[in-house]
Amino acid sequence: MAIGLEHYLVVGAVLFALGLVCCMARRTAIGILIGIELILNAANINLIAFDRFGTGRFDGQIFAVFVIILAACEAAIALAIIIGMFMNFGTIDTDVADKLEG
Amino acid sequence: MLPYAHIAILIWLIPVCLFAFLAVFHKQAFLPRVRDWLATGAMGVCLGLSLYMFYHAWGGSALPKTGVSWQLEWFRMAPAEPVRMGVLVDNLTVIMLVVVTLVSFLVYLFSIGYMHGDPKYGRYFCGLLLFSASMVGLVLADNLFMLYIFWELVGLSSYVLIGHWFEKPSACQASMKAFITTRIGDVGMFIGIMIIYWQIGSFSYSDVFAAVGRGSLAGTWRTWAGIGLFLGAVGKSAQFPLHVWLPDAMEGPTPVSALIHAATMVAAGVYMVGRLFLLFDAPTFLVIAYTGAITAFVAATIALVQDDIKKVLAYSTVSQLGYMMLALGVGSYAAGLFHLTTHAFFKACLFLGSGSVIYAMHHEQRMSQYGGLYRKMKITALTFLFSCLSISGFPFITAGFYSKDLILGDTLAFFLRPGHSAHFLLPLFGFGTAFMTAFYMFRQYYLTFTGEPRNPERFHHAHESPWVMTLPLVILGALAIVGGGFKFGPINAEWFESMGRPPSLSWYSGEQITEGGTLQAAGEGEDGAAAEAAGEGRGDPLVHEAHQMAMYLSIVLALSGILVATLFYWRGFTQAPAAIAGAVKPLYTFLWNKWYFDELYWATVIAGTVAAFRISRWFDIYIIDFLVNLAGQLGKAAAWLIGLFDNRAIDGAVNGAGWLCSSTGGALGRLQTGRVRTYLLTLVVGVLLIAAICLAAF
Repeated sequence: MAIGLEHYLVVGAVLFALGLVCCMARRTAIGILIGIELILNAANINLIAFDRFGTGRFDGQIFAVFVIILAACEAAIALAIIIGMFMNFGTIDTDVADKLEG
Repeated sequence: MLPYAHIAILIWLIPVCLFAFLAVFHKQAFLPRVRDWLATGAMGVCLGLSLYMFYHAWGGSALPKTGVSWQLEWFRMAPAEPVRMGVLVDNLTVIMLVVVTLVSFLVYLFSIGYMHGDPKYGRYFCGLLLFSASMVGLVLADNLFMLYIFWELVGLSSYVLIGHWFEKPSACQASMKAFITTRIGDVGMFIGIMIIYWQIGSFSYSDVFAAVGRGSLAGTWRTWAGIGLFLGAVGKSAQFPLHVWLPDAMEGPTPVSALIHAATMVAAGVYMVGRLFLLFDAPTFLVIAYTGAITAFVAATIALVQDDIKKVLAYSTVSQLGYMMLALGVGSYAAGLFHLTTHAFFKACLFLGSGSVIYAMHHEQRMSQYGGLYRKMKITALTFLFSCLSISGFPFITAGFYSKDLILGDTLAFFLRPGHSAHFLLPLFGFGTAFMTAFYMFRQYYLTFTGEPRNPERFHHAHESPWVMTLPLVILGALAIVGGGFKFGPINAEWFESMGRPPSLSWYSGEQITEGGTLQAAGEGEDGAAAEAAGEGRGDPLVHEAHQMAMYLSIVLALSGILVATLFYWRGFTQAPAAIAGAVKPLYTFLWNKWYFDELYWATVIAGTVAAFRISRWFDIYIIDFLVNLAGQLGKAAAWLIGLFDNRAIDGAVNGAGWLCSSTGGALGRLQTGRVRTYLLTLVVGVLLIAAICLAAF
């Protein structure tokens, strides 16, 4: 059985679902950040897969590189936010930091 | 020609200005005798001017028939003709001016003595000046509007002067009675004036006569206008239904009675009827004639039995005014106004004479307390006697004889004309009154001046009045005798007739001036019927015959009246009056109570008015007030309802909107937990839902 596009997409979807669940289930900000990384990578897998089985003009790969760069930036900013959050609330539990409550 | 109009205005202005001056300064005596001599002197100047005009009007500078007029635009009520202020001087005006200023002057002079020491001396002369000014204005007015104004002003000054001693309740009531009673007539006059203005759009006499001549004021409206105006004269001249105020007006000072309630103001009604003679038509003339005849008769019967010296004179005045109206009513213009003039002289003299007597007897007015005063007051008694002779119509030597004879003759001629036999009451009342006049005047004379004093104590203190009081008596007494001599005067044998000719008949076409001076309407025979009935044409054998007969009859009646009074009250049958009074007790009581007119009016008009007041009051309290209160309550209820709506509906809506926003906000705010994970969960669930819907849809 040859490995096809569907397989990549399934892996990407599973990875996305795991990341999403990680985001929703973890209470610490670090956990949520990890979940986001998983989601981004799921997207990357999809992009690469579409590129490989699609037009073959490296659009997908360029997109993936951008996403990796974005993920790096995002991690840097998110970690800065988490440090700021810890300095404000004394914890990184997002359920405690509910100042936006209506 | 003399500037008649300007002199006339001057005669009016002098008392007006002096009245204004005295009204302010009558309490300050910074000029010696400013109040009385100044007023009297001013009136003397007016009298001089009037006599000057009179002399010239009959000496070479005769007035034109249309008179002399002077006008000034006053105001505009409508786009039509403006209302003009104006003065009209013709023969009638001149003779009236002489009468008014002469009697005014003499009464002022008399008042200096009579009112001496009165605490309201200045006020009294103020009132007299106001009256003289108003009366002169009334005579000078050339239109109905001004006539009405001055008409009310003489009424006002009459009210003020009757109520001069307003601390006496009877004087107070008398003044109000006079004012209100004459006011009833004035309403009629006002209606008459309004009818005329409505019909022809002008107040001016000349326009009125022109309209009558053209026929644009005719028929029913002309009749009603005439009757309305005559009603004013009925009130002012104390004619039959409204005569009750004049006897009560005797509460005023006696000189006032002489001036206002004998000589001038009460004659204003007669003057007005004479002035507007051409306005009236046949039915109105009949009304005037009958009113005059009834008044003359009724008042004379009352005067027969009265005891108060001024009451007798008051009823005598009413009776003589009735004569004048009778004369005008039968179309005898000249006779009515001639009698007005002579009556002014002798009646003013009688009133001033009675004033002199009252003054001497310390304000005792009952003739039953007099007697024998001739011995004490010769001048008063003699002038009184002359005036009595004059008013009784003593033949040939008195003024009253000629004027009354003219009236009786014309009345008889009116009756004798074909088709007028139904009007037998007019000459009957006329001649009956002539007899009674002679009787009651001489009864008064004998009771007052002859016999034994019935109140010796007062008689003892009586004395002749000072010269300021006797001089007017002498002048008026002389005029009472020679006034009628003008009829045979050197100027013109028929001078009064020519003077008394209705003014300005030539103003309009279709009418002819006949020799006797009355109106003959060519082409409208019916209208002129009453007017032409008497007096016109000395050549008419019927009229001549009537005058002959009337003269004999009136001489007989006057002499027999005097004779009966002499026998009853001087020498002869002095027990007879009491015996007769006892024999016809009910009649005597009836006359003594003045035909119960006052009681009748109390029972009907006044009680009716009071009842109407009561009904109105009840209506006010129970209907009007109820409606007002109901309206108030309704307003209150509506306000309550509106308040309720405001509080509940409007405020409810506003509050409800607020509440809805805040509760919605609260409810939705609870969704904002602030927990990132919840948001994410919501997001995912939402996306899944949309995806599911999309899948289901496609």
